[in-house]
Amino acid sequence: MAHAAPAGGGSTKGTQSAHELLQSPAFKKLVGQRMTASIIGLVLLFITYYGYVVLIGASPATLAQKIGEYTTLGIPIGVAVIVIAFVLTALYVVWANGSYDPEVQRLKSELKH
Amino acid sequence: MTLPASQTLLQLALAQAPEAPTTKIGQTNITSIAFFFIIVIVTLIITYWAAKKTKTSSEFYAAGRSVSAFQNGLALSGDYMSAASFLGISGMVALRGYDGMIYATGWLVGWPALMFLIAEPLRNLGKFTFADVVAFRLQQKPVRIAAAVGGITTVLFYTIAQMVGSGQLVKLMFGIPYELAEVIVGAVMLAYVLFGGMLATTWVQIIKAGLLLIGVTLLTVLALGKFDFSPAALYAKVSTSIGQKALEPGGLVTDPLEAVSLGLALMFGLLGLPHILMRFYTVPDAKAARKSVLYATGFIGYFYIIIPIVGFAASVLVTRPLISQIDKGGNMAAPLLAEFLGGDAFLGFIAAVAFATILAVVAGLTLAGASAFSHDIYVHVIKGGHATEQEEVRAAKIGTIIFGIVAVGLGILFKGQNVAFMVGLAFSIAASANFPALLLSIVWKGFSTAGAVASIWVGALLSAVMIIISPTVWVSVLHNAKAIIGLKNPCIISMTVAFAVGWLVSLMTPEKTAQDMFEDEKLRTYLGVGAE
Repeated sequence: MAHAAPAGGGSTKGTQSAHELLQSPAFKKLVGQRMTASIIGLVLLFITYYGYVVLIGASPATLAQKIGEYTTLGIPIGVAVIVIAFVLTALYVVWANGSYDPEVQRLKSELKH
Repeated sequence: MTLPASQTLLQLALAQAPEAPTTKIGQTNITSIAFFFIIVIVTLIITYWAAKKTKTSSEFYAAGRSVSAFQNGLALSGDYMSAASFLGISGMVALRGYDGMIYATGWLVGWPALMFLIAEPLRNLGKFTFADVVAFRLQQKPVRIAAAVGGITTVLFYTIAQMVGSGQLVKLMFGIPYELAEVIVGAVMLAYVLFGGMLATTWVQIIKAGLLLIGVTLLTVLALGKFDFSPAALYAKVSTSIGQKALEPGGLVTDPLEAVSLGLALMFGLLGLPHILMRFYTVPDAKAARKSVLYATGFIGYFYIIIPIVGFAASVLVTRPLISQIDKGGNMAAPLLAEFLGGDAFLGFIAAVAFATILAVVAGLTLAGASAFSHDIYVHVIKGGHATEQEEVRAAKIGTIIFGIVAVGLGILFKGQNVAFMVGLAFSIAASANFPALLLSIVWKGFSTAGAVASIWVGALLSAVMIIISPTVWVSVLHNAKAIIGLKNPCIISMTVAFAVGWLVSLMTPEKTAQDMFEDEKLRTYLGVGAE
């Protein structure tokens, strides 16, 4: 079960040692991309949710406006906050499965065993 | 609730017009007991099956990492959609209108944040608990102790809130005594965890999440059926019978600082909840962890979108006076609506689902509490990281029994107390003690042992003390005239201070070995090399 080889404990095969891989531009790019994706996602989430909360606090009248005979603007906006949160999650998964994971697999295969 | 419910019912029947809605809530309901028995029997059969597959520590804590992304997504939803969400938020919408909807959105937004910051590195770096990640590069003993205390404290407050809530609900819905309800919840939940470990707990969560989603969907569809399936017609009825105010933001969010602070606690508290974090070790790899968050976000998002409809429908179909007469907090709005729409049978079904919800959440909490005790404290502190499989599994089972007994004991001890603040407290401690240390250990090379320990202790103590002296406890629970601080939820301060302390103390105590390991850790964090 515990086949946890400490990183860097390489032996003979493969092309790159753990140290070489860590220093490689490709790995640094991967780390940078994931960091960027996380930060963009988080910023959009913050704008959406805290924007909504601050709007309620600052101007409840905006959300109390009627958009139908009785329905207020706040109702679709509340639903939209949830939908946007889900869409952000989904976009992250699409990005990670489509472009991040293949790169992870490629780098892993370059590592000495 | 001081009056026996039957007396309440009688008064209502006398006070209201004959066609006004009445309820059988509070009386022993044969249908709900039958449904409940079916759920318990099915889950115990699953536990029997799971017990045969639960021998090693990896099987006990992490279901042998055999859970699929979809199954884990459902199980995560099961862990998260507690009775407080289902009954509490529908009740809040029923009694306070749009404000309840604002609250509902806050419960969802932690999930994307969990995805962006924690899910994959947690899966790659850890083994069974979040302390595995925090202690990865640092000195095991002090970090494990601090992280286990942070984790257990979070889980305990969450558990007290669940247990007290469960006793009250079960008493209301099944008509059985509070203490007996506590013991039943404790005994059934212990059977799941003790014998079936994570595999049984996961399946209990999956069944419960499925039942809850089906139940709430049925409620929504039947309720909208009374309004020609038009939400606009429902809002029109709300406006004409209760007033347009119910559809507008009310008193919940008046101070943006307060609202943001509560939002931070809800959002980042999720990222420090041990029973949620533990679930990520049940899937095979980081990719499955990621997908399970997406499924969970979908299920939970759907739940929070339709739950306000249940609340609004209850407020006009059942009416606010009856809802608040049965339970001041509005917790019975959804069951009352079920009774109105589908009679005894539907009420029985919803009541049983609510009970199953509590059982499942407490089982997940117990497993998380037990693993902090056995994996972090026993194995890594007492045995210095060298325990046999047998010893670790035995310690986990002993931890489970202790935690189960403590849960029932605290449930009985806090009978009749106002414990609503304890969920907020659990989230605040999770966001202030567990989350900053977890995040810093993943992203920051310079994080040191002293920094981690200081951040966890300061975060835990500060959030607890600040909640006690805030209006939430100082005025509402301890009945003092005026609170020492104004913020009802001090997370914005306690979390910020925990980050600052972790950062400053680490800068003052640079740790060479930890910094050297950070580069190696990256291979595991990003590529999953060496992940278990």
